[in-house]
Amino acid sequence: MTWVHEQEDGQVQKGHPACAGCGMVLGVRHILAEASDDSVAVIPASCASVIQGVYPYTAFDVPVVNTAFAAGPSTASGVEMALEQQDDDSDVIVVAGDGGTTDIGLASLSGVLERDHDLTYVLYDNEAYSNTGFQKSGRTPAGARTTTTPTGRTGRQKDIGEIVKAHDPAYMATATPGDIEDLSRKASEAIEADGASFIHLLAPCPPGWNIATDDSVDVARAAVDTGLWVLYERKRGGDVRVNRQSVDALQDPDDVERYVEPQGRFDTAGEADVEILREQVEDNREKFAEHLEEVDV
Amino acid sequence: MSNAAAEPEPDEQAEGEARIMTGTGAIARAVRDVNVDAVAAYPITPQTEIVEGIAEYVETGELDAAFSRVESEHSALSSVMGAAQANARTFTATASQGLLYMSEMVWWTAGSRLPVVMAIANRALGPPWNIWGSHTDALSQRDSGWIQLFASDVQEAYDLMLAGYRIAEDSDVMLPMMVNLDGFTLAHTMQPLRTVPRPAISDYLGEPAVPHAIDVDAPRGYGAFTAGDNFWKFRRKMMDAMERVPDVTREAFAELEDVTGREYDLVHEYRTDDADVAIVGLGTLAHEAEVAADLLREEGTAAGVVRPQLYTPFPEEEVRTAVADAEKVVVLDRSTSFGRDGIVTREVDRAIDQDAAGVIAGIGGQNVAYDDIVRIVGGATPGETVWFGGEIE
Repeated sequence: MTWVHEQEDGQVQKGHPACAGCGMVLGVRHILAEASDDSVAVIPASCASVIQGVYPYTAFDVPVVNTAFAAGPSTASGVEMALEQQDDDSDVIVVAGDGGTTDIGLASLSGVLERDHDLTYVLYDNEAYSNTGFQKSGRTPAGARTTTTPTGRTGRQKDIGEIVKAHDPAYMATATPGDIEDLSRKASEAIEADGASFIHLLAPCPPGWNIATDDSVDVARAAVDTGLWVLYERKRGGDVRVNRQSVDALQDPDDVERYVEPQGRFDTAGEADVEILREQVEDNREKFAEHLEEVDV
Repeated sequence: MSNAAAEPEPDEQAEGEARIMTGTGAIARAVRDVNVDAVAAYPITPQTEIVEGIAEYVETGELDAAFSRVESEHSALSSVMGAAQANARTFTATASQGLLYMSEMVWWTAGSRLPVVMAIANRALGPPWNIWGSHTDALSQRDSGWIQLFASDVQEAYDLMLAGYRIAEDSDVMLPMMVNLDGFTLAHTMQPLRTVPRPAISDYLGEPAVPHAIDVDAPRGYGAFTAGDNFWKFRRKMMDAMERVPDVTREAFAELEDVTGREYDLVHEYRTDDADVAIVGLGTLAHEAEVAADLLREEGTAAGVVRPQLYTPFPEEEVRTAVADAEKVVVLDRSTSFGRDGIVTREVDRAIDQDAAGVIAGIGGQNVAYDDIVRIVGGATPGETVWFGGEIE
């Protein structure tokens, strides 16, 4: 199908109604660009349900099966098993947010990883329920103000990476829209992997994080440079491989203030909250220390 | 364990040869015989034997289907919904709490206009915990856009599965289908079953052809965000499709009769021609009422039984016609709508030209035998709903 203004490099077309500076649509556009033309996207309730466009228009150039909040992984597993039964090797790609993945959809995700359906799961993480007006999710970081934590979230965000890793998926990786080359390579690996694969994409959200619309990429890079967000990947049964940017960052991280300061969502964060973020960096340095030597990417 | 899978060389068994099976075995056998492509299920009593039976068929190679042992009922239905969106013929089964846990996807599947077929081994909802029969589980999903059939014996459970796929997959319908069988009293009861050879079923059903199946060459959004100027059109089309179900069901039953010689109608009538008292109900209890009708006739009351096999959409005209000459209409209701009698009683009351007499009976394993039904009919009062159990002291 040919669309006016069709872009040659991807499956997400111009004219989508995402917010300006949306880290999710930037990342997802590049992830889907790595998929074959005969891919199928599955999207549970999330910002991605909306940014496709409003019926009868769609900005996606692949079939998109929309499904209920908790049902992204399971719906995709059904699409995948039917296509496999029909000897159809189309790529099945889930695009889901942090609420749909790490909260309400966690059991469904666990089931799909455990049954090892051959699909790619993209968690785009804007660290809150952005689509419904920026409520706190399990991924909301310490100190961040949301509409359900108006004085800032207390406690630490959920470590979804460790939960996923415990399932030993065929391939898993973290990525940000701050490094498209790294993101695209990982997307390609995930899609090619034989079995369930998982991409955890940091998705800066200008209205939710209260950042300028042209700051998404810089903020994503700051997340890496401060050691709060670790770029790594892992194949089934293998060691975690920390990527070059994070090797450098974990050895000599910028202070988390570089990440916190530009974001309005941290305006109410006190020193105790920032300390929790610093502890998170220290934990990352400790956790990934043994993997810093093995880098070849 | 399903007794189905233990049979030697089932394909070789001559058509017309009776075998003895449970209701759950008959459902599993039907899934095998209609050549389902994809099954997902989660264990819940009393439907578990259905999926155990299917698992046996899949693992012995009698059925070439994908079988997903999912982590929840919610995932069971979303999984087969996804498979149906990819044009697979699908099946799942559940009961009771499991159906309620699925409820979100029950609606999503109907709204997606996908002909998923699901067997419900009807069972009471808790609390208190109870594993025995009631119809409130399925009836609670009445307005979701699923068609609902009710079986009353093992043969019907099998035959209604075949008709169920035919009706759901009809291009004028494209709505999902629940085939209901009473938990335990039918699910676990062994009765004779005559199966239908696969080639005949294949001719009867044809290939599944979802007109809006995923097509990578014509990418579309399914269930995409839709505003008020269009949303109602999707619901209106579902309503129109549901209104076509009675005619499509009659046709499906007629053609099934051509294959099997067994006759079905939207409403099964027993000795209603001259009946002064009409007993109305769903499933096994209404089947049992036929014995009660015979007894009542021996005692001088001309009784008959009206048993809708199609529950959604409710065949109001057929029910009204069936009870038109009766002086009293008694509804045996295995459901409750608090503040509103039994659910079926309300349906019947709306359909007929007189006040129905409601009796809430046989829920959660309360035993109701045919001689009980004789007494129930005597004590039922038009315009009122009474409990078979009576008053609580």
